[in-house]
Amino acid sequence: MTTTTNLGSKPPVNSVSPLTWVKKNLFSTWYNGILTILSLLFLYGIGSGLLRWTFTQAQWGVIGANLRLFFVGLYPQTLIWRPWTSLGIIIIMGGFSWGILTRKGAIFSRTTLIILGILGATCVALSIPAGIQSSLLLWGMLFLLIIGAVVGRRVGTRIPAIANWLPLIWLVTFFVLLWLLEGGLFLRQVRRDDLSGLILTLFVAIVSIVLSFPFGVLLALGRQSSLPAIRWLSIAYIELIRGLPLIGILFMAQVMLPLVLPSGVRLERVVRAIAGFTIFTAAYLAENVRGGLQSVPRGQVEAAKALGLSIPLVLIFIVLPQAIKAVIPTIVGQFISLFKDTSLLAIVGLVDLLGISQSILASPKYLGRYGEIYLFIAVIYWICCYSMSLASRKLENQLGRD
Amino acid sequence: MKKGRFSSATLLLSFVLSACTGGENPTGTSTVQGDASGSRLEVVKGRGTLICGINGDVPGFSFVNEQGEYSGIDVDLCRAIAAALFDDPSKIEFRPVSAQERFTAVQAGEVDVLSRNTTWTLNRDTAVGMEFGPTIFYDGQGMMTAKASGITQLKNLEGKSVCVLAGTTTEQNLADRMRKEGVKNYNPVVSDNDDALYAAYEQGRCEAVTSDRSKLVARQSILSKPDEHVLLDVVMSKEPLGPVVANGDSAWYDAVKWITYTLIQAEEFGITSQNLSTFENSQDPNIRRFLGLDEKLGEDMELPNDFASRIIKHVGNYGEIYDRNIGKPFALERDLNNLWTNGGLLYSPPFR
Repeated sequence: MTTTTNLGSKPPVNSVSPLTWVKKNLFSTWYNGILTILSLLFLYGIGSGLLRWTFTQAQWGVIGANLRLFFVGLYPQTLIWRPWTSLGIIIIMGGFSWGILTRKGAIFSRTTLIILGILGATCVALSIPAGIQSSLLLWGMLFLLIIGAVVGRRVGTRIPAIANWLPLIWLVTFFVLLWLLEGGLFLRQVRRDDLSGLILTLFVAIVSIVLSFPFGVLLALGRQSSLPAIRWLSIAYIELIRGLPLIGILFMAQVMLPLVLPSGVRLERVVRAIAGFTIFTAAYLAENVRGGLQSVPRGQVEAAKALGLSIPLVLIFIVLPQAIKAVIPTIVGQFISLFKDTSLLAIVGLVDLLGISQSILASPKYLGRYGEIYLFIAVIYWICCYSMSLASRKLENQLGRD
Repeated sequence: MKKGRFSSATLLLSFVLSACTGGENPTGTSTVQGDASGSRLEVVKGRGTLICGINGDVPGFSFVNEQGEYSGIDVDLCRAIAAALFDDPSKIEFRPVSAQERFTAVQAGEVDVLSRNTTWTLNRDTAVGMEFGPTIFYDGQGMMTAKASGITQLKNLEGKSVCVLAGTTTEQNLADRMRKEGVKNYNPVVSDNDDALYAAYEQGRCEAVTSDRSKLVARQSILSKPDEHVLLDVVMSKEPLGPVVANGDSAWYDAVKWITYTLIQAEEFGITSQNLSTFENSQDPNIRRFLGLDEKLGEDMELPNDFASRIIKHVGNYGEIYDRNIGKPFALERDLNNLWTNGGLLYSPPFR
């Protein structure tokens, strides 16, 4: 937010006092005044009720006692170091990428400092329900984040090309994490179907997002193809899938697939769910990307062809970068809704964040504590979704600058 | 610049694809053998773990405790089967299955046994192709009201509101029963899930709430003033719950059936996980046969001869399981779920 000002004359002083602001904006006419008062009463009614419930009636012990269950679910307790290590790796890699991507600007701007401060305070606050040990570990994670950022910045300024390899680095990280979480190769095996809680939610969401994106782009291109077979198949796929509810597709994947598959082959349930989400989201993404493709002026393609580029090269270097950039907000919107849709896993019998909450709610000790638990997981879902939309806005700014 | 970004993105795609469909995990693809190539009993023994289908969120039956382990009466039945087969109750894969997919899961061989508060009905036993083991919990639909309301029987509900779960047999049963009782004007207040149901009851949106008796008792204990509510002395439906296996596999069905009976018979003999060792020198021929000290009852169904003592050692007898999961937490009387010698319905055929 920088404004160009004339050095000669000072900007006009903002002389609006709070009282005049209130008068101008909230009580400008008699009906606005009534509306303001009614809204305030409404907000007071809701807010005070919520606050009273939060501080007097709610029994937050259920969250603290089951914190581990929410995050890692039924993951074997003796192997709990593996999710922690995975988190550490993700955080250090996140810091590293952050450092590389922000190497041109200031790394510790006011906003980032505020966010870091909030994170630090949250880690301290978590020591009350989760114990001092977890709190210290989280502080360590924050430290790792900063180290990663500083290192990333150094490396990024020295070898700028590394930014192009970030997707590949993350890919390798993904497989390291997969190995760490599931075992195999020197580590004790943990069944993929045993992943539960937030880990499962994140796993399904991330893999489905990564898989559905290329499928969606291919379908969008297929729909615009000049080859009738490809075009009609793409259209048929997109329209068929978009005409089905997601929960129906997930049920088909869980219930029908085993009956259809040749006897002897059994896909894991998590993989089946990921397949369902990918099939569904790809169809929607295809339409989003098609919107982007249509926004690229024909002249771009013609100019590229005139320069002698082959059709794949035209697509990869001219059309797709412009098309996808134009539709980033809708694509991210699709991903956010995919993330929230993972809560449907609980209905098809997988124990995701919502599923583990329902299992905890069935424990005789915590019967009826649904208010606390649902509020807690709502906050988790919100944090995840809001981070996604923040990241997308950053990405848009960055691409807009290039 | 752009080239590098895209080439690595393509690589990413192909790697992730191969990882997720290739099934690098050895348990990812496993063989499901049909009936022709042998009984499921052999499959389970060969695999070394039991796959048990459960519900996952029913108080007292199956839920996750603070240690992150499944627990409940349904879960303990699975543990008993694993204990009999492997002498280790932890050799189980618990698989939460939804109500819609549970029978498909049994038929497709996704689960070896379904222990998921499933009511034994004629239709399920025949047309759906299931085989029901002995009932381990006799439930029935009940009705809870506030003591102050003065409602003592269903007839008193004329003109009153009743909270009920939407789209369940409970709703159907309520309508049937009310018509039978001649109650014409009652107002069903439907809710989507248990939490909403009992919240509506507590807020006074209905004078009575109906559900399975085990659930009502569990919920009564967490109402703000449990003593002010009472269960009416009516049972509006029969809900015998027990383990389920697929039709047409006699050997596996027999094993599950007799493992379940073992729990009941052990209680009848008074053998618990605590006093099991004192019975090793018992002179009672029935007990010696039961524990596999004499004769070879286990071998008759391809189980180890000491399967009964394994079960009791690891899981306990039926009474212990009941107390642990339902009796202690919810103070629910055993009533029908008592031994036949104590006026209940639990009756095991003889072990000989």
